[in-house]
Amino acid sequence: MNGRATIRESWVLIAPAFLFLLAVIALPILRVLWLSFLHADLVGNQQFSFAGIDQYDRLWNDARWLKSLGNTVMFTFSSVAIELGLGLALALLLHRAFRGRGLVRALVTLPWVLPTAIMALAWAWIANDTFGVANDLLQRLGLLRAPVAWLGAPATAMTTVVLADVWKTTPFVTLVLLAGLQGIPDTVVEAARLDGLSPWRRLARVTLPLLLPSVLVAGLFRLIQAYGAFDLIYVMTGGGPGGATETVSLYAYRNYFRYLDFGYGSALAVQAVVLMALLSWAIVRWAREPGEVS
Amino acid sequence: MTRRVAFAIAILLALAWSLGPVLWQILTAIKPDAQITHAPLVYWPHPPTGEHFRAIWERKPFGLYLLNSTFIAFFAALLCLVFATPAAMALARLLPRDRDRVLLTFLVLSLFPPILLLFPLYEAVRGLGWINQPVALVVPYAALHLPLAVWVLESGFRSIPVSIDEAARLDGLSVVRRLVRVLAPLATPSIVTAGILVFIFAWNEFMLAVTFLTRDQAKTVTAGIASVSGASLYEIPWGPLCAAITLATLPLFVLVLVFQRRIVSGLTRGAVKG
Repeated sequence: MNGRATIRESWVLIAPAFLFLLAVIALPILRVLWLSFLHADLVGNQQFSFAGIDQYDRLWNDARWLKSLGNTVMFTFSSVAIELGLGLALALLLHRAFRGRGLVRALVTLPWVLPTAIMALAWAWIANDTFGVANDLLQRLGLLRAPVAWLGAPATAMTTVVLADVWKTTPFVTLVLLAGLQGIPDTVVEAARLDGLSPWRRLARVTLPLLLPSVLVAGLFRLIQAYGAFDLIYVMTGGGPGGATETVSLYAYRNYFRYLDFGYGSALAVQAVVLMALLSWAIVRWAREPGEVS
Repeated sequence: MTRRVAFAIAILLALAWSLGPVLWQILTAIKPDAQITHAPLVYWPHPPTGEHFRAIWERKPFGLYLLNSTFIAFFAALLCLVFATPAAMALARLLPRDRDRVLLTFLVLSLFPPILLLFPLYEAVRGLGWINQPVALVVPYAALHLPLAVWVLESGFRSIPVSIDEAARLDGLSVVRRLVRVLAPLATPSIVTAGILVFIFAWNEFMLAVTFLTRDQAKTVTAGIASVSGASLYEIPWGPLCAAITLATLPLFVLVLVFQRRIVSGLTRGAVKG
């Protein structure tokens, strides 16, 4: 058997996929990077000209950018934190054997499979101030005295958007953690039971430490996705009220297609990704550290 | 006994949380207008009505939306598989070190947020005269989900014994024949899984669709429905809108029920292998 020919054959089979990704993903990334160093807008000068780091310089004096960055961080961390908690609870629940488990797992996965933009409308309807079911249920349960205009005020709008995101993406965390739980040998948990550990202790001392890698993977993926969130917020609030839910993605989109300032839009998109990459890198580094010690 | 009851209640709560928002849309969709805007809230429609479903068909080119979405999602999945299947077949036979390197590269490329690619892709789509053309979405959707497809397919191909490859090779079959005649049929389950997942994600995509399709007749169902958002959110006729939401999510609901195991395991594999 000719090993070298096999290897060459392998690369020939991989090359089309690789070139396709290069053309549709890598080239646009280079282009947006280049655009971020240009004066490129259809408002003032029609000609694109080299700007150096002018576009990035503008960021520091742009209060709206700072606010959108704050909103993005707020949205990302609160939704990911809640999702990890809720996703863990659901995963532990669905890991136990019971009749109809496959169907229940599929139904719990459903929110993640539905279109975000469309379910954003569904949530806007649920949160509707006069005819929304959220207000009605909360009032019936005695948790609310008067109806709230959820999407009408800054603080409640952010809460509502986060909640809708939690609904939509918790299944992702649940699935990753379920796979993680399946990787923990039953004998380990059984041994802890025989040692007389209570269920809570078994969870805290045995299951969770072993599940930590999965939690990190789920958290990191969700962090990256939530940080780039667009559909949900664009549809539910359009960034409002008064910019209270405008994320960096939304602000960049506005610069592209409303203000026709392509240079600044590109700089916004690029800096967002750079910040995210740095954060991810820091998290991965931090996660690896304990492993190096032991 | 109490523990079993507590467990059952927990499962019911999980289901209510996951399905409640969807059920509420369906209930609103079959509720007469007077009951939608009734205080106190009417939960159960009496009697159920089909008027909103008729209304969306008259008000918007809803049939076209569904057709466009199906067409675009189908060809995006197909194009994606055409690139992903040979790559996955080869990756499954590479040395683990090389394989992991390539898979990681694919993974990193799929992590970039779409907003970063949006404008350059828009420039390209405009330059090629693809605005309002299905191909403007088919190509980027195929590329954006290629990494996921490769991850899912690769583990499918890896589970095929190498001896089958070698027997086919000794029989003198070319690469293409080996892939099409021998390996792909054996990997059908993962090919179907990858295809369904790409179809679903293409059906759901919004940002590119709403930017590249401006003519109402060309829109996908996601872009068509959700573009009523923003300020107009307060003047929306909720009955027809909930009917539209119901119709747009129904195909996915059916896919999840029919292919439940496949979708769950595919999503898990795609998500976890990092």
